[in-house]
Amino acid sequence: MRARAYWPVSLLAALLVGLLAYGLTTTGNDTTLDAATASGERVPPPTQRTLPVLGGEGSGSLADYKGKVVLVNVWASWCEPCRDELPLIEKAHRMMSARGGTVLGIDVKENSGAALEAVDEFGLSFPNLRDRDGSFVREWGQYGYPENYVIDRQGNVAAVRRLPVTQRWLDETLPPLLDEPS
Amino acid sequence: MMRLALAAGLALTLLFTATATAAAPRASLTDIEDEVMCLECGTALNVSNSAVADQEREFIAQLIAQGKSKQQVKDALVAEYGPRVLAEPSDDGFDLTAWLVPLLAGGAALALVAFTARRWRRARPAAAHAGEPALAADDERRLDAELAAFDR
Repeated sequence: MRARAYWPVSLLAALLVGLLAYGLTTTGNDTTLDAATASGERVPPPTQRTLPVLGGEGSGSLADYKGKVVLVNVWASWCEPCRDELPLIEKAHRMMSARGGTVLGIDVKENSGAALEAVDEFGLSFPNLRDRDGSFVREWGQYGYPENYVIDRQGNVAAVRRLPVTQRWLDETLPPLLDEPS
Repeated sequence: MMRLALAAGLALTLLFTATATAAAPRASLTDIEDEVMCLECGTALNVSNSAVADQEREFIAQLIAQGKSKQQVKDALVAEYGPRVLAEPSDDGFDLTAWLVPLLAGGAALALVAFTARRWRRARPAAAHAGEPALAADDERRLDAELAAFDR
């Protein structure tokens, strides 16, 4: 009897261990982008998925900004550090839009009413897409708020900032990319 | 006659209103909170105190104030936050295991109970006779004689 139960029990145990391993490996943060950009490498974005436009009809994606330098800003109005950062991001957008670049906001995990209130409050003039459940930014290895990713004119990720940006980081990162030919 | 018709009409209106009210009870935050997830914390809204949870609660409260039913509130939540906002796993990808594992575990438990019950039923008659002492030869002869006499 014991010998007969050995294989089904072993198979069940192996299945449970496999399930646990799969769950653990798929819930961790992906650090591929961080490793690549830290070594000066430029890599394609993890996803080109389209997202709904905040405060408008239809959808948009990074592909809409081909040839431009794009500062992807991950934000939410319920996130205090994001709110602190937004004036700096708006200032960066004004500078970039005059030089063939743009900020693309990704508003995460909030209802559009609350997000649009923040757009008004901070006078944001850059376009925003809605990542309703955070699945888009998760593909970028996101683990906090705010986060910023810089895309060069060839459409590759050139820099990643997992903390709020500083004026110094923006000054060091954006102008060289804006000077590159498309 | 006219009065009778008016009274009947009024009674019917009241009846329909009462039925409609009973069919769609007014939504409440406490009733909805435990069926909605805080998207950032990964826990049910009723046990979350994060800023995201507060904003979700505020959104729900606004919809309730507008007179929306529980189902309408949940539909609006899905429209704004996506299907993951509901505290039930989706039926595709890895989330499917959340539905399948309890079903498989339940099936395995039932099979185990059935298997064990069958073994017990088979083992019991043998066990019942196993402990009984055998009759002595004299007693057995006496028993046979008495049973034969009983048959006559």
